Amino acid sequence: MGLLSFRGGIHPPHAKKSTEELAIIKAVEPSVVAIPLRQHIGAPCEALVQKGDTVKVGQKIGETTSFVCAPVHSSVSGTVKEVVSKPTLGGADLCVVIENDGLNTPHESVKPKGDIESLSKEEILSIIKDAGIVGMGGAGFPTHVKLSPPPEKPIDVVILNGAECEPYLTADHRLMLETPEDVVEGLRAIMKSLGVTRGYIGIEDNKPNAIKIMTEAARAYGDIEVVGLHTKYPQGAEKQLIYACTQREVPSGGLPMDAGAVVNNVATAAAVGKVIKTGMPLIERVCTITGGAIAEPKNLMIKTGTYLNEIVEQCGGFKVAPGKIILGGPMMGLATDRLDIPSTKTTSGILCFDESEAKLPEEANCIKCGKCVEICPAFVQPAMLSAYALKDMYEQAEANHILDCIECGSCSFVCPAKRPLLHSIRVAKREILAQRRKGK
Amino acid sequence: METKLRVSSSPHIRSKDTVSNIMRDVVIALLPATLYGIYIFGMNAAFLVIASVAAAVATEAAIQKMKKQKVTVNDYSAVVTGLLVALNIPSTAPIWLPIIGSIFAIAIVKQVFGGLGHNFMNPALGARAMLMASWPVEMTNWVKPGADAISHPTPLGIIGEGLNVQLPSLADVLIGNVGGCIGETSAILLIAGGLYLMYRKVISYRIPAFYIGTVLVMTFLLNGFDLYMAVYNLFIGGLMLGAFFMATDYASSPINPKGQIVFAIGCGVLATIIRIYGGYPEGVSYSILLMNVAAPLIERYTQPRVFGGAK
Repeated sequence: MGLLSFRGGIHPPHAKKSTEELAIIKAVEPSVVAIPLRQHIGAPCEALVQKGDTVKVGQKIGETTSFVCAPVHSSVSGTVKEVVSKPTLGGADLCVVIENDGLNTPHESVKPKGDIESLSKEEILSIIKDAGIVGMGGAGFPTHVKLSPPPEKPIDVVILNGAECEPYLTADHRLMLETPEDVVEGLRAIMKSLGVTRGYIGIEDNKPNAIKIMTEAARAYGDIEVVGLHTKYPQGAEKQLIYACTQREVPSGGLPMDAGAVVNNVATAAAVGKVIKTGMPLIERVCTITGGAIAEPKNLMIKTGTYLNEIVEQCGGFKVAPGKIILGGPMMGLATDRLDIPSTKTTSGILCFDESEAKLPEEANCIKCGKCVEICPAFVQPAMLSAYALKDMYEQAEANHILDCIECGSCSFVCPAKRPLLHSIRVAKREILAQRRKGK
Repeated sequence: METKLRVSSSPHIRSKDTVSNIMRDVVIALLPATLYGIYIFGMNAAFLVIASVAAAVATEAAIQKMKKQKVTVNDYSAVVTGLLVALNIPSTAPIWLPIIGSIFAIAIVKQVFGGLGHNFMNPALGARAMLMASWPVEMTNWVKPGADAISHPTPLGIIGEGLNVQLPSLADVLIGNVGGCIGETSAILLIAGGLYLMYRKVISYRIPAFYIGTVLVMTFLLNGFDLYMAVYNLFIGGLMLGAFFMATDYASSPINPKGQIVFAIGCGVLATIIRIYGGYPEGVSYSILLMNVAAPLIERYTQPRVFGGAK
């Protein structure tokens, strides 16, 4: 199969050299973890433990009855010091602070779940839900919700996103190289839970070794195909990936299930594979720590709740003063103004930009060069939408499909006038959606 | 360590492209044709170019100072406008002609409407139209290339006015060894510049290809199915300069690909009709100006289909 792709997109520098050859290493055991009770899109969990309780690794410490929610588990064994609101990436969240006894005693509930053949659809779904698995590409949407489409939306294809199209990040790349069987097992489980017999693993062609290893790992399964994707951002965007693999377009305003597809990140699938194999819920993840300001870039296996400054320290600290710290990739990641916050299930990268990387270019007039229109993978016209957004002309913006924007940031990237295209569009989208909610 | 971290909305990285890089590329692409124009028409052409560029840059700076805006002359956009004004006048013009043209282009066509990116028509062409209307004699005082500067009609003039003068050979019009405006004569150097701009991704093939293609087809159809003359017609007058460097002006052409094609075909149709049936021998500049005015309308009717929208 040739390289698959979508129309539009950009070619930012990969910037993956410094970590793509580095094997994943286990981060130093944190002495204290602060595990946020909300690490996903949806309702926050309620704490199941309180100050003074003893907890073990993999023990469920937060849950709610709300459907769109994922429980959280302790990543260490030790004693709960407090359940308190702490600063997090999103502002502040209730966190369970646990003092690590360093023994890593697994909880009694952590038991292998048997092989996929012997598990029913419903069992797989409840394992995934119980393990607190969320979309690990960055969004953090509870996976079990994604795997429970309404009956009127038949799903016939599951796609794993191994594109890792974000520059700098190599966490998914290393994960595919080092634990390909977890990814494949996870995909098989997801396919079974949906009753789907067609699975794709899409990987950008700048990772030929990952394509090779994943192809080998999936060889035994005729219903899984590893496909090479053209290296182009945002190849890993859900709708673009579905189009690349199936030539189907998710209808405007629709969800992947409207195109009969479910997309998951390879790391999410690996977490599913792992919980079935070992019973260990989602308590740690691979994270790429890189950027011009970090002394020793690394791919680390990090327990959720580990403070970012501890992680940075393990990477030799800063070699120069950082100008910006981004959680996630440079295209869609979120900048943080502090490092005393805990990592979560979605911390795929910690980019420490030095001053020159962090410096924002000065903006100029739009020259109407049309580059943003040409590359927009959603086929909207960012220059026009941004102009409407900046003038608060939300009705016109909506009529011109502003809500179809996938917020990939390609427009802001290519803009020669360095205009804050996505920024302004994002503000307008929030405003329009807020007005809609009010109207209802 | 005491650190001050920046926080901003994603994306956190930007391409290396800048407005000044783009405009500088346009200047680079125009240089061969400019230098050739100076080479064949002599030093007066050089003075006109320098005066025109200087006037454009000075006008831009003065107006931005007056409006208490940031002075952005280092983005090369005024240089491009000044250069294009000079390339669009005959080498015999008095020095004040391009100066007035450039001042008009920058002050009236560009800055009055909001500056860079807001001009509704190509500033240099707006200036050319104004100069043509105001000083028609100075604007059409053509000479033969060479030091002696003998008055001589352009190839378009010969065809358009049915003059009993031998037409220059195809090779001469390709190289540019003919009468005409300073920068329009050498088709081959203008094409080279245009290809450079495409290679640098400053312009797409769409506007030049559809503009020139339409002129070829229309001339063939309307001019007695003479293929040689249809091809010959492409390389005379201002078509190459117009198609590669003027119709492609970002602000005054449609922003979306489909609109650019409609725009370019419109330019080709109008240019050919003016050339064959119009009072002026040349129709390139008016074709572009007319389509500039139509660009917003074209944009409205050529909205791209969104991803996942109805086909």
